[in-house]
Amino acid sequence: MQTSSPRTDRTGRGANAASRPARRYQYSAYLYILPALLIYGAFMLFPLGRAVHLSFFEWDGLTLGTFIGFENYLDIVADEQLRAAFVHALVLMFFFAILPVCIGLVLAALLTRAKVRGLPLFRTVVFLPQVIAMVVVAVTWRQIYAPDGLLNSALRAVGLDAVTRSWLGDYDIALPAVGLIGTWVCTGLVTVLLMAGMAKIPVEQYESARLDGAGPIREFFSITVPSVRAETTVALTLTLIASLKTFDLIYMTTRGGPGYSTTVPSYEVYRRAFELGQVGSAAAVGVTITVIIFIISLIVNRLGERSSA
Amino acid sequence: MMRKRSIMVASIAAATALMLTACTPGSNNANPSDESTDRTVKTDVSAMGDLTLTVWDQEVRGGQDEQMTKLNAAFEEKYPNITIKRVSQSFDDLNKTLRLALSGDDAPDVVQANNARNSMGAFVQAGQIVSLDPWAEAYGWEDRYSESVLTYSRYSSDGVTFGEGSIFGLPQVGEVVGVFYSKSALKDAGVEVPETWDDFTSALKTVKDAGQTPLLLGNIEKWPAIHDFGLVQGALVPSDEIATLGFGNEGASWTTPENEKAASTLATWAKDGYFNEGVNGTDYDAAWQKLTDGSGTFLIGGSWLAADLEDAMGDDVGFFAPTSSVGEGIHTTGGTGLPFTVTSASQYPDLAAAYIDFITNEDAMQVLADTGNLPVVNTADYAPESGVQADVFGVFHSVTTDGVLLPYLDYATPTMADTLGSSLQGLLDGRTSPEEFTKAIEKDYADFVAQN
Repeated sequence: MQTSSPRTDRTGRGANAASRPARRYQYSAYLYILPALLIYGAFMLFPLGRAVHLSFFEWDGLTLGTFIGFENYLDIVADEQLRAAFVHALVLMFFFAILPVCIGLVLAALLTRAKVRGLPLFRTVVFLPQVIAMVVVAVTWRQIYAPDGLLNSALRAVGLDAVTRSWLGDYDIALPAVGLIGTWVCTGLVTVLLMAGMAKIPVEQYESARLDGAGPIREFFSITVPSVRAETTVALTLTLIASLKTFDLIYMTTRGGPGYSTTVPSYEVYRRAFELGQVGSAAAVGVTITVIIFIISLIVNRLGERSSA
Repeated sequence: MMRKRSIMVASIAAATALMLTACTPGSNNANPSDESTDRTVKTDVSAMGDLTLTVWDQEVRGGQDEQMTKLNAAFEEKYPNITIKRVSQSFDDLNKTLRLALSGDDAPDVVQANNARNSMGAFVQAGQIVSLDPWAEAYGWEDRYSESVLTYSRYSSDGVTFGEGSIFGLPQVGEVVGVFYSKSALKDAGVEVPETWDDFTSALKTVKDAGQTPLLLGNIEKWPAIHDFGLVQGALVPSDEIATLGFGNEGASWTTPENEKAASTLATWAKDGYFNEGVNGTDYDAAWQKLTDGSGTFLIGGSWLAADLEDAMGDDVGFFAPTSSVGEGIHTTGGTGLPFTVTSASQYPDLAAAYIDFITNEDAMQVLADTGNLPVVNTADYAPESGVQADVFGVFHSVTTDGVLLPYLDYATPTMADTLGSSLQGLLDGRTSPEEFTKAIEKDYADFVAQN
């Protein structure tokens, strides 16, 4: 959404600056986008508006709702469980966005600069988690993390019995464990994006840097990282949104457990609407996530634009 | 530019106004119909003319689907003037769509609704399903069903009290929670099959000392431990108290010494290593499968596991429910399959009731037994001669006739499944003390009772 708004703004300004007769065409132009607008309105804007509307009610989805104003929103601040869910989302942002971008930068730089044989194969392997449905990913990792699963077996095999644990059943470990699944999934996308960016960096830059006596690490920080700022912005936007939207992963691995140690806002939306019968509260959480995602992508894009300018 | 902007502002304002003045959520629902209880009941289906009956069920799995298909065919054969339109979907899907379906214009006639507060209770409160009392009298349902089973389908007409009042639905099958065990593992440990609660607890210790894992539990889904707790509570707490708590009715408390004892028993089992490693991180399915490969001795679980366990273990698996230590036969958690209810939107309630009568009568029970289900009426008559199914049928029969069938604890309030599931994970982990546990559950229960 935020990518299209500046564009319409610009055409608006352009049309305004143009001579008056051009105005007549403006209205007929709306006819062209009308079908798309109608569909967008019916399936996106109307449900969104309806969700906002519902968020002002206390409603069980069955009997008559009660209008309670902003109380559902105040609950988000007051309710300890809901607050925790938003904190968990922050933790997941690290695992879904920050960590993959760091790993992705290094991995992409290595893969681009190393000129290895079979590069397409590496690229495919790294990208693979993106292609697999999240539900499948979650089920597979649940097996890996199981008390007698692959991870614990491997640890036992190398004599690290003390480290083995019930990864998804441990109150302190469950959230990072789920987060690492996200890292595994997101790193591929980030790496491929950054590799595309790095491929565009002129080789001459590296050559001149080397003449100036720069080592590989200096090259990485002085040339590679600044050159892929735009790609990094895109990668961050996508992964941050992914981290805030995470529902399937939580639902399939832990159902927010043990206790409430891995609940996230989007899981709370589902839990409240379908399990607890608190539709209004669910809508309020949903609207809040939407606003947060909107603000975050706005900030990331502003930062990206400013620094690339 | 100005004009364009003002048009946009105006349209946004209009849209917002439209939205805010749009109906309050829930106001377009069907109004509760005023069915008087002394209405004349028609039971002669052949005289009703050519009608179509829409039935929503969740009997999608093997034997369940088979019995439904057979019974529907039999009904249509007996009454050629009736066409049954069956809509079948999984339990989860049915639960999620039923609320919308009942409040829509095109509601089905007969639906399977979960007994719990957040389903049947909510539908009764919203006036979306009708009381079946007039038909219960005409068809003699109170003689057909044991009171212990009918309790599960009774609500007061305002939906506030659960377990008493009018009959709102009839189930076909029964469910009972008990203990599955491996015969060979018991033999290795030199333990007899426990009969009383004390036998069972001492057996756990003996088995543990013999180097086996006494209890199997996979609790990553949160709900499985509810059944374990239910069994312990059934053994230690008077049944009428549990029933009041489980039905979410006024007049009982979770913070009693007996309930705390039940919680601390479960916590002690976890602390003493009676369970398999990492129960909160183990899948439900993985846990019962461990019984089949000999890595555990006992498994607290429901009758629905019997068929799968028998397939995998043959004669090696058995099932029992220990008699309680508070002096009344066997009382254990259990319940019924989802009851069939009649919606208030149905234009043919007489036909709907006749259909429900047909799929729960004696012939129907035989069909259910033949297709591998656990008939809820006269269960013992249909029991197979041997095997774990014979044990299950026997336990269900003795619980429903001599003992007490206790409600699933999560029936109590719309939020109880969630509260109980999460609190039990804490209890098993040792994070939540038994006192904190009962306090958390009491809060959920008391809040609901106060509001209801």
